[in-house]
Parts: sequence; C-alpha cells; structure tokens
Amino acid sequence: MNGLRRDLTTAATALLAFTLLLGLAYPLATTGVAQLAFPGAADGSKVEVDGRVVGSELIGQDFGGEPGYFQGRPSATEYSANVTYFNNLGPNSRELAEFFAAQRDAYLKREGRYDPGLTVAEIPADAVTTSASGVDPQISVANARIQARRVAAVRDLPLERVLALVDDHTEGRFAGLFGEPGVNVLKLNVALDQEAPQ
Amino acid sequence: MAQGWLQFALFLVLLTALVPLLGTYLAKVFQGERVFLTPVLGPIERLGYRAFRVRPGDGQDWKAYARSLLVFSLLSWLLLYLILRTQDVLPLNPEGFGSGPWNLSFNTASSFVTNTNWQYYGGETTLSYFAQMAGLAVQNFLSAAVGIAVLAAVVRGFIARSASSLGNFWADLTRIVLYVLLPIATLAALVLASQGVVQTLSGSELVHTLAGGQQTLAFGPVASQEAIKELGTNGGGFFNVNSAFPFENPSSFTNLLEIFLMLSIPASLPYAFGRMIGNRRQGWAIYAAMIAMFVVAVAVVFAAEQHGSPAQHAAGIGGGNMEGKEIRNGIAQSSLWTAVTTVTSTGAVNAAFDSLTGIGGLVPLANLSTGEVIFGGVGSGLYGMLMLVLLTVFIAGLMVGRTPEFLGKKIEAREVKLVLVAVLTTPLLVLVATAWAVAGHDGTMSIYNAGPQGFSESLYAYMSQANNNGSAFAGYTGFLQPNAPGNAGAEGFDFANLLGGVVMLLGRFLPLLAVLAVAGSLAGKRVAPLGAGSFRADSPTFVVLLIGVVVIVAALTFFPAFLLGPAVQGLTDQLF
Repeated sequence: MNGLRRDLTTAATALLAFTLLLGLAYPLATTGVAQLAFPGAADGSKVEVDGRVVGSELIGQDFGGEPGYFQGRPSATEYSANVTYFNNLGPNSRELAEFFAAQRDAYLKREGRYDPGLTVAEIPADAVTTSASGVDPQISVANARIQARRVAAVRDLPLERVLALVDDHTEGRFAGLFGEPGVNVLKLNVALDQEAPQ
Repeated sequence: MAQGWLQFALFLVLLTALVPLLGTYLAKVFQGERVFLTPVLGPIERLGYRAFRVRPGDGQDWKAYARSLLVFSLLSWLLLYLILRTQDVLPLNPEGFGSGPWNLSFNTASSFVTNTNWQYYGGETTLSYFAQMAGLAVQNFLSAAVGIAVLAAVVRGFIARSASSLGNFWADLTRIVLYVLLPIATLAALVLASQGVVQTLSGSELVHTLAGGQQTLAFGPVASQEAIKELGTNGGGFFNVNSAFPFENPSSFTNLLEIFLMLSIPASLPYAFGRMIGNRRQGWAIYAAMIAMFVVAVAVVFAAEQHGSPAQHAAGIGGGNMEGKEIRNGIAQSSLWTAVTTVTSTGAVNAAFDSLTGIGGLVPLANLSTGEVIFGGVGSGLYGMLMLVLLTVFIAGLMVGRTPEFLGKKIEAREVKLVLVAVLTTPLLVLVATAWAVAGHDGTMSIYNAGPQGFSESLYAYMSQANNNGSAFAGYTGFLQPNAPGNAGAEGFDFANLLGGVVMLLGRFLPLLAVLAVAGSLAGKRVAPLGAGSFRADSPTFVVLLIGVVVIVAALTFFPAFLLGPAVQGLTDQLF
C-alpha cells in the first residue's frame, strides 16, 4: 500500500511537471522562436495581392471554373481549409467510378473547346481524382499544359508565354529526387493576373 | 516508375546510415551514460528527481516497475479525459469549441495514452489549441516515453545476471523525455515551421479568394505537435486529414523529414539493443529481418497503386491511383509513407487509405497484423519483436531438440507461456472486436462504403486500434458533427467509441505486462556461456526463421479475414 501511495504522489507530480514542460513551455517557446525567425511560414504562407490577403500559397482554392484561371483538382470538400475530410470512396466503388466519369466529361468539355484533339486517354489522373487534403495547392505539369491553351486563348496571351509561366511556377522534387513536381495553381493565377489583367 | 524505386533505395541508405548514430545515443541514454547534452540537461534532470522524490539508482523489480507505469498511465488518462471534457472553459480556444461528448472523449483519451492516436474526431473542427497542446501533445511525448522505457527495462532483464531489478521507471521516463524526445522534437518543429507548417496561436482567418469566393484558413500550434506526432510514432493529426493537409506537411522536403522522424527511433532501437547486450550483430540481425519485411511492403503497395483502381479504369482514366493523394507526394512518396506509417505504429497518413487499391490497402493491414513488430512503435515495436525472437528460439529449439536459450539464458515453460500471451492477445482482440462490429447494427452503422470495402473498414478499425497504430480506412465513423457552431448536436457512437477504447487499452497494456513479466523472469536467471552446440540468434539462418515466424503467426491468424475484404477487391474489377 505504501508503495502505491508513493507511486501516486510521484505520478501526480511528474504528470504536472511534464504537462507544464511539454504542453505549455515547449509549444509556446516553439511558437515564439518560429514567429520571430520565420514569420511568413509560421503564419500560413499568405499570398497578398494589392495588400489584400487572397489565400495561402500552400492551400489550394476554388477558381470556380473561371475560364481565365487555371483550375485546381476536384475536391471532396469544396476547398474547405477549416473542415477537412477525405472522399473515402473505395477502389471498387461504383459511386467513385461515376464521379470520375462526370469529372472526365466536364474536363473534356472545358478544355476540348480550346484543344479539339484532346482524348480521354490524355486526361491526367489528377484532373479527375480528388486530392487527400481537399486543398491540394498543385496540379500536375501535364494537367497545367493542357489548361494552358484555354487560359492563353481567354487572356489573349501567346501560348508560349503561358507555358513559360507554368514552368516558372512548377515546384520540383526535393533535391531533384524525392516527391513529384507540381504546378502551384494560386501563384500561377496571381502571376497571370499581373501579366494580363482580365 | 524507376524514379520511384530510386527514391526508395536512397531512403534505405540514408536510414541505415542514421541507425548506428542514433542507436548509440539511445543506448547511452538508457544506461545513464554521459552524452553531449548532459551538461545542459543534467541539472534539469536532477531537479525533476528531487521534485518527484525518486532516486534514479533505486532499482525496481518487474512488478514495481509495472505498477509505477500503470499508475502514471491511469493519471495521464484521467487528466486527458478531464481536459477534453472541459475545454470550453479552458483557455486558448479561439474558435469557441464545446467540450467533447463522454463516449468520444473516452475513446480519444484511451487512444492518446496508449500511443495509438486513433481519431474519431476532427482536430480543426472540435478541439481547442489548449486540448491539442496540453492534452494530446503531452501524451504524444509521454506514451512514447513509456513505450521506450519498457523496452529499456526489458533489455536490462535480458542482460541482468541473477538480479531482479529492471531499472527505475521514473528515471527512464525522465531521461527519455529530456534527452531523446524533447530535443529532437524541438529541432524538427522549428525546421517544419520554417517550411510552412504553421505555428501560431491566432485563430482562423476568413479570406476572399482570387476568383471572388471565400475560404477560412484554420491555424494553430501545428509544427510543435507535428514533430512529436511523427517522432513518437503517435500519428494523431492536428487536422482531420492529417499529414495530407499542407499546413502539416507542405512539401516534398517536409514529407521526407516526417518519414524519417517516424522511423528514426524504431529503426535505431535494434542497434541500441545490440550495443547494450554487447553483440551488435544481434542488433543488426533483428534490423535485417525488419527491413526485409519493410521493403516487401513498400514494393507491393507501390506496384499496386501504380496499377490504378477499378473505378478509374471503368471511367477510362489511365495512370496510377491518384484518388486521395497529393500531387507533391505522388504515388511513390504516398506509398513509402503508407508503408512507414503502418510498419511503425504511427498511423499518420499523407494519403487516403480508404481509397487505396485493394492490394495497396492490404499492405497496411498486413503490416498491422504482424502485431507492429516491423520496426513498430517506439519501444513497443522492438519489445514485441523480442517476444517473437523468443518464440523463434523456442521453435528452433524444438526442431533441433535442444533447450532453447537466448543470450545465454534458458527459455523455459513460464517464459514461453508469457510470450504467447504477449503475441496472441492483440490478434484475439482484433478478431473478436471485428466479428462483433460486423454482426449487428450498432457496429455496422459506422461503415461508409458498400461491399467488401465496408468489411475492410471494420477490420482495419479494430486492427489499427488493437495494435495501437491509429491509421484508418477513414470512412469508418464513430462521431457525427452536424454543421453547428461550437459542436452543438455533436455525438459519438457508443458502440464504436467504447469497443475501440477498450480494445486500445487492452491491446497496449496486456502485452506490455506480459513482456515485463518475461523480462522479470529472465532477469533472475544465470547466464550460461555460449557453447559449440548453442543455436546462434545473430545468424542469417535465424533472420530467415524469424521472418518466417512473424509471417506465419500473422497469416494463420488473419488470412481468412483478409480474403473477405481487400483481397476480394484486389482480385476483381467489379464495382460495388
């Protein structure tokens, strides 16, 4: 009994001490240092246009099908950045197959007007699948190059210029090796607005 | 495709290079030796002992060690439950969230105290910053430290010569937190914050998007939690979609760093073990068995995901399965993460498991079914593997007709019985709970997908909770939160929350007690010198035997269940 009582006092003291150290001192000190040393990154990597915050470069947003903008991937959450969840449909789900077919047809209709030769086989997988986060900030390079024709036509820019902007906003693999390259849609669209305001 | 294999190969080289460095450091910390941080942390450590009124040199036998551990875990559970139930009156709650329902809080408290981090709640929609920081993240540290402490105690039992002490729980706990977890987590948190993982106490912000819409950006002290969540193989995301969310894992670099954090301690512990027993070959032999199974897991999930899913093929979409994956991770880093998070008991995800292909989803299930011993949780992975090592020694002993022994100690009836308790408790929990959960409406109301995927979701839920992993086929639901401010109307499902919570607690503490009992029993035995007839446990033959035992135990237990869910989907293009 004596040992148990001693364990209880020791456990209570230790739990209190560790909660203060790990639950308050550690996160608050980390916050302080991060806010001083990396204010932009620690605050959400916000993107400003004309002094107004329009979003975060890390968080994808809905471009509402506006033909003058590059469009992000389908999202299960309508690009919610404060209520996140997965699509969660399984690999053999009929509902998922129907969702893909609808996305495929919409993509063909949207891009096919500007790229009449576009076939189903050329549609990149990322253009019809939902991302995990619902706010994937990127699209694949292949997807961006297809959309470039539409954006160039709508904005009356040479295709080469739009493709060059796509290249400028392509984020590569880490150390050239790890991960996959992707095109940051928000930053690309902000650059487009600067280049050729609608 | 080739690019993907190159990423994996480089990753393995980097990991193996890290192992001796961190392994040596860990062994020194376990043995109370001086390390480079001692001048800074030594005074804090001694201050702790004075406050806790413990003498670090006072040895505890296995029962005393277990009692201290259980008392500490019980108080941890109570405090966490209390915080979750009262967060509405506690500070740092910028979104004004209400407190959790009792059944959900029971599940969540059990989840974080057992190093599981199964999450029926969504972090950014239900929890205050205080509950995340002072509640969950504290247990991320402490449950990890408890697991590592048990491992240190078990190793002492293996090397003790006719003694009873396994070390001092309070000293182990303190040293592991101060010298291992806190410094690495602090460093990692700052690196992550520099890369865009948010670290702020500000509340969410409404922005007007470029195309004229609105978006609310959720923030929080994420980097500090992300670092320990990976390092301690906990896995509970600050956000509901976990490390798929860019504010938890924004780039290819952070993705790689987080994968390293998950594996660093579990992969280094076999080396630390080898150093402590004075036989590094033995450490490497266990590492070899682990890495061989890990490589197979990565290869299978990568190949399966490259192949694409029946749903996308039905729509004529080529390429790999990108449903539920992020562009920056792609299929290779999503596959690597999926294997790493399930061979370790982390359970954090950077892709949606429910949308993996049939065979791709079978891999995480199979990883869990080994009882989390392929690297496994911090500490718990290696102590689980050591039980299987003893089982292998025993089986090999039967085959050659010798008294089985390991590290010069005879393995006798008492140890083998306890080993079987340690090895078989979790599978029993998984099968009973899954059967119960699919047998009636109380359980099946949690299911989201139709057909075999619905069974996979249920099996995965109890597999993950019993093995203290925490990853999920996330369609499986235990909590409903109608779109109401302050969580009004939110409710947990009694069945899913309670069964899951009990399964997590039993899956953590029963094997842990059996393992400590084995260590206590071994500690008292004399060490016999290694003879010419001794069966060596550090040879390639033994590695193959060990892998065989791990695979056979898992396969015999779970093969029928695998056939009912993921295997069916992997074998057919039919839609359900």
